[in-house]
Order: sequence, then C-alpha cells, then structure tokens
Amino acid sequence: MSATDPRKIYTKLLAESKEKAGSRQDKPQILIGTATCGIAAGALQVRDDFIREIKEKGLEADVIEVGCMGHCYAEPLAVIAKPGFPPICYGHLDEGLVHRLVEDFLVGDDPSYEYALAALERNDVFPIFEDFPRGAYEKKLILENCGFIDALNIDSYLALEGYNALVEALIQEPAWVLEEIKVANLRGRGGAGFPAGLKWEVCLKSGGDEIYVICNADEGDPGAFMDRSILESDPHLVIEGMILCAYAVGAKKGYLYIRAEYPRAVKHVQVAIDQAREKGLLGSSILGTTFSFDLEIFQGAGAFVCGEATALVNSMEGKIGLPESRPPRLAQQGFRGKPTVLNNVKTFAYVPLIMKRGADWFKGIGTPESPGTAVFSLVGKIVNTGLVEVPMGTTLRQLIYDVGGGLPNGREFKAVQIGGPSGGCLPEAELDVPIDFDSLHDAGAIMGSGGLVVMDQDDCMVAVARYFLDFTQHESCGKCTFCRLGTRHMLDILTDITKGKGDRDTLDLLEELAEDVRDGSLCNLGRTAPNPVLTTLKYFHDEYRAHIEEGRCPALSCRDLILYYIDPPRCSKLCNVCVGSCPTEAIFTREDGLKEIDQEKCVKCDNCRKACPPEYSAVVKLSPPVLPSDKERKAK
Amino acid sequence: MSTSVTVTIDDRQIKARAGEKLLWVALENGIYIPHLCAIKEESRPNASCRLCFVEIEGVDRPVTSCTRPIEEGMVVKTRSLRVDRLVKTAFELILSDHNLKCRECPANRNCVLQAIAKERRIKLRYDRFKPIVREFALDDSPAEFAFDRSRCVLCGKCIRADREEAKIGAIGFARRGINRVVTTFKDLPLAESICTECMLCVDVCPVGALYYKKSQRQKKGNPLDYPGNKSSG
Repeated sequence: MSATDPRKIYTKLLAESKEKAGSRQDKPQILIGTATCGIAAGALQVRDDFIREIKEKGLEADVIEVGCMGHCYAEPLAVIAKPGFPPICYGHLDEGLVHRLVEDFLVGDDPSYEYALAALERNDVFPIFEDFPRGAYEKKLILENCGFIDALNIDSYLALEGYNALVEALIQEPAWVLEEIKVANLRGRGGAGFPAGLKWEVCLKSGGDEIYVICNADEGDPGAFMDRSILESDPHLVIEGMILCAYAVGAKKGYLYIRAEYPRAVKHVQVAIDQAREKGLLGSSILGTTFSFDLEIFQGAGAFVCGEATALVNSMEGKIGLPESRPPRLAQQGFRGKPTVLNNVKTFAYVPLIMKRGADWFKGIGTPESPGTAVFSLVGKIVNTGLVEVPMGTTLRQLIYDVGGGLPNGREFKAVQIGGPSGGCLPEAELDVPIDFDSLHDAGAIMGSGGLVVMDQDDCMVAVARYFLDFTQHESCGKCTFCRLGTRHMLDILTDITKGKGDRDTLDLLEELAEDVRDGSLCNLGRTAPNPVLTTLKYFHDEYRAHIEEGRCPALSCRDLILYYIDPPRCSKLCNVCVGSCPTEAIFTREDGLKEIDQEKCVKCDNCRKACPPEYSAVVKLSPPVLPSDKERKAK
Repeated sequence: MSTSVTVTIDDRQIKARAGEKLLWVALENGIYIPHLCAIKEESRPNASCRLCFVEIEGVDRPVTSCTRPIEEGMVVKTRSLRVDRLVKTAFELILSDHNLKCRECPANRNCVLQAIAKERRIKLRYDRFKPIVREFALDDSPAEFAFDRSRCVLCGKCIRADREEAKIGAIGFARRGINRVVTTFKDLPLAESICTECMLCVDVCPVGALYYKKSQRQKKGNPLDYPGNKSSG
C-alpha cells in the first residue's frame, strides 16, 4: 500500500540519529536515572551536582536524563560512560560521591570501582549486571532500553534502530502483522492474559470506517509501577507498538489513557508523540505511505475502576467511569460505539520486538502457553526492590530469592501478594509455582499487572486482606450490589476480626460472601476483589482463628490485640530513652528505677520499642493484650 | 424480519423473537425472575441489581437474565442452588442498606422488595449482614411527592423516567461506592432544581423512596415487577 518506499525516509532518519549519537560519544556521558522513582530518591539534586561539578572543573561532558534501570533499591543512580572505559553504573549517589566521581574519574582516570554497582559492557576489570545472581534469571525485552536512552529525544530511540519494525511492517500487508502477533501468542499483559491477536482480529472483522486503538495506562494497583516506568523511560516503544497495531486493524486514531497522577509519564509521552509526528512517523502519510494514524493522550482522573475496559471507555466519552455488562466486547463495540482495541502498555511494548525478531523468537522465551517475559515491580520486604523482567515460567522462589535477593536482615518469608487488589497472597508452600497466567490463576492469585509485594512474619494476613478490601471498597464505583455492598460488609467483618471480634460463623460468612461477590459482580474488579480474602482464608486460616478464638494477632500487628510491655529483667535503671520517646507520657519510672507503661495512656505508637537500645530490647509487644501480672492473677 | 426461536425455561417451551433478553421473555410468559433495575427499552441493560440470575445449560456459572439474549434451543432454569444462593445474598445486601421500617413506608404491600422476599421466601429483616447506618435528609420539597433516600435501592428507574420520558434531566447518579446516590445537581432539594414535578419518577419507583404525600394516591407500578402477573399490562 506504500506510495513511496518507507525505507528511504527511514534510512535518512536513522543516519541522522546515529550521527548525532556518534558525535556525543567522543566526550564523557553521564546518564542519570530521573524516572519518578529516581526523582523521589533525589536524582534531580544529583543531576544538578554533576552539572555544577563538571562546570567548576571546566570539563566537556554531557549530563543526560534517562529513565528507570530497574535497580530502584540503589537510587539515585547514574551511568558514567567515559571514552576508553566501559560504561559503569553507580548507585546511592549523593553530593560527596558526585564530587569524588567527577574528580577521580572524569578529571583523573580512576573509575572508583569501590562505589560502582556494575559495568554495562563486558570488560576485563569489573563485572556486569549479568554476572550477578539475578543476571541468570533476568531477561530484558521490553525493559531493555529503559534507563539507557533519553526518553525526551527520539534520536536516542531511533539510533537503536527504533521504528524499524514499523518500516518492515509497512512494506508488508497489514495481515502479516496480525498473523505474527497471533502466531506469537502474545497474551495481554493487563492481567487476564487474553490473546492480543484474537482481540485484534475480532476488531478487524467488526470492520467499519472507524476503528480505535487505546493503550490502557491507568495503572493503579498499590505497589505497581511497571507501566509508569516504561512510559517514562521508553515511550517510543509503546508508541511504535500502537502504530503497528493500528496498521494491523486499520485504525486511524489512537489514545493513550494515562492517569493524571503520572505527570512525568504524560509529559514524556506527549514529547514522544510530538517528535514522532515531526519525523513523519505518526500523523498523516506515515513515512510517505498512504497509512495515517495519530495519537492523543487522554488523562484519567484517578478512579481505579477506570482501568476496567468498559469504564475506561465511558470515562473517555465524558460519562461517569462505570463498567458496563459485556458483551458486546470493546473489539466489536467500544469507544464511540466503534470497534476498539484496548491493550495494556506492556502488551503494546512487545509488538515492535515481535515484528523485529519474529514470532518464533518470542515463542522461544517463556512457556508454551504463556510465551515471553513477565515484568514485576518487586516491593515490600525484599532486598532488591525495583523493576525486573523474567521469562514466564520462572518460579516465584527464583524471582524472590535469586532475582530479588531474598528478604533483608534475615527476615523470615511469610507470604507474597501478587496482582494487587485483584490478586492473592501465596504462602511458602506455593513458591515453586511457575509464573505464568494459568499456574498463578490455579493457585488463587492472578498475574495482574505485575505488582509483587513480599511479606514477612511482622505482617498480619488478616490486616493485609483488610488493607486490600479497604482499597477496593473505597475504589468501588458503586454500580452493582455485590461490589458496592458486598465489599463493604467484607471490610466490616475483617475490621471486626482485627479487633478480635467474631466466631467460627464469622469466618464462614466471610468466605460465603467473598465467593458470592466473586461470582455475582458485574465487572472484573468486583469479581476479583475477594481474591485477597479468599487466598488468605485458604492459606492462613489459623491466623484468622487466632484472632477470633484467642484474641491474639500472631504477627503482633493488630493494634487492638496487642499491648506494649517493658520486661523488668531486661530494663535498665541507667537508661531513660523510652521515657523521652513517648508522646503521651505513658512511661514512668518505678520506685526501683525501672520503667513501666501506663496502659491507660499508651497509644501503641511503637516509639518506645524503637527507642529502647538493642542491648536491652526490654520493650516487647504482647498478644493477646494481657499483662504477665494479670495472667498470673488469672491463673491463681 | 426478525426470526423467532424456541427456548425452554423451567421445562416450558417458549417461542420468542431472537435476540430478545431472557428476563423479558420469561416475565412476559408468566415466569417470574426477581429484578429491580431492568428496563425493557434500554438497549444496554444496567445489570446493576444482580437479582435476575438464572442457569443456562452449558454455561458454567449463573448469568444475569437481563443481559442475555435468547438463542435457539437455550435451556434455562430460573432456580438452582447456585442461583438461589446468589439471589439471596444480593437481596440481603440490598436490605442491609434499606430502611426496613415497612409499616411506616407508603409503599408497604405495594413494594417490589416485599414481593421478591415473598416469592423467594427470604425474611425481610437484617440477618447475616448488619444494617449500614447512615443519615439521609428527607426531601419533601416538591408539592405532591417526597424522596426518602433511606429507602432507595439505586435501581435507576427514576433517572430513566426523568431523562427519557420527561426529558428533563433533573436527577442522576452521583458519587461512588457506598456513597452512590440519586440526587440533583449540587444536591439541591428537588423543588429548587430544574425538576418540573411531573412525577413520572414516582410512578416507576419500585419501593417507597419516591412516594406521593397524599396516601390515597397510589403509584401505578409495573405488573411485571411482581410475581403472578401474566399480562404485560
């Protein structure tokens, strides 16, 4: 369908971008990870420190802002690429370290390896990221460029042969793109794992003059930030994927539905759209062909339910963001009543890679039923918090212990929460479950969009279930009975349990109600909302029973079921630290010089326990909340 | 020309227009399925009350009959253990957020909730779920009718009457989750809103939320909402 050969224009673009990139390479480059995670850790200050130090020393060097490398535990991060040395990544940067690196490495020739995390290119001196234990498991496909390219400069993406997949597709028929995606068995990364190719095909067959492509970037699960990082770090990959999809289904217009709480992602995507349009990669007659497609950002106002496909479309149409019953599916009747492809950020990000390297290559990664990789944001009680990408089929144990580095400070693993409010909590015994759409579903969790929270002995499973129910109850749109009222009653029951109220019937009622909300709700948010409750009831039943039968919280976390107590044999007359730490003056000095807590005044803030010097560790939490003296009295 | 298909509902063979929603086919043939929010004229059903579950042979879980178009040979059961369980829970959930002082209610004995409770043998009291306690101010600003939100079941019928029949648009759904309400723009009392007091909304309210102040005036009501009615009125 090409009017002129798109390769001609592309070759020129590619040469220009490579020339620009090449001209940069004869002086040192400092890449600073300024995605939202980096900025939160102080990356902008680090950037300014580098610029100031370089200026003061009169050096020639480029300071470039890049996205997230995935090593969030070591933020702020920077990569220094000095000619003659392999690019080296440094973590935990601050003003002093920046000063030292500029002086020793940029002025001098000492790369200060003692502060380096890893090199980025194989060399004889220093290990690269792949040499670390996690390197054996990690396989970066859609995160490959994240943290290494300048998201605000399209040349950065082009120089790595970006948009080449689009060019290859444009000289073929659209059907070829669809066929490749179908053969690759790319499953939607939004959570449910519906095959993208099938969705596209239904949309194509629904036909009509107007077809829309929408990217769902309304990521809202607590603890999940994969989509944000990708949009901030490598927006062109997603845009190229959307253009390819539009070419396959014959769409002329697309939207990125990004939540407004992601201002940096919105900005980066907008800049990327503008630059792509300027280069003729987006808009009318893409690369000189007869194919036209344009993109626009729609900012979501922050309702969690708008991540649900039908609610998302309603909100784009200016209506209240409420889900609708399906069918009709969006692929048949979606935005403005027209066939619409709606896929997640990550799903689109895989598309250019599959086009470039082939469906067979993609199928060679992961498992036969869930090919490709899975992207997770590792958070909670885990050493290496951050973004990771592993092949499907990797077990949870490998992901948590080998990639994530296990739990910090010798803490003991208790549960892992996967898939956010729609997911479930899995115990130690389920850690050998391979990560793929079907295995996780069978275990009671879901792949979800990729949030993964690791929990230890201090985390109460009832409180965790309550936390997620509080979230879904708060985010329920209120349209259907089960979600509006069912989640509310589940929350009330859980709140009672955290206070030790209830009996065996309470647990039965909770389980029955959870099952009914799962089976009876209108949309998938309601249907999956009980998952945190159902999985914790299944795997941590004893913990629920301890709360209601013994008034005891095994994790010593539920406030109503604990009290703070100073153990006299461990307390020292010579120390007063806890007294000063108490905001309510509940701690007093007894006649014998030891300290005691007035339970009437204590607000259980935990300050005294933290303040008590480790050599004493005299402040302890007791559950059930009975003082040893009362216990003895009772026993008598 | 629309084709007609034959479906079996509770062992009865029924001929109806293909594509017609199951709920209406059943109701119009005298087979009662509980429902609150369904509106026949609505092309895309609200499907929010979650009371009209049925089982269809070959479908692995109960489905709402208001959203399900009939197909040739479909075999439907309006009652089963799973259906009854879901309907009972949904109904009790609705009751937990409903003012159950029936004797004080102008819709007493003319109330769809009472009809459903009787047909499904569910007690009209707070049972498994504690009542959700909240304060609602009574809106009795209109001359002839009043709106008591403590009785509202959020079926949305009044909103449709206001928008599609009366063509006014004085009321709509607002807020989210447990706070979802039917209200006017800026929460104004009805008399201060653009409401024309045509009272079409009062006639469609299946419960006593919207009611005539003078007790001698009765709502018209839709016979299909009640069990035991064989005509569509």
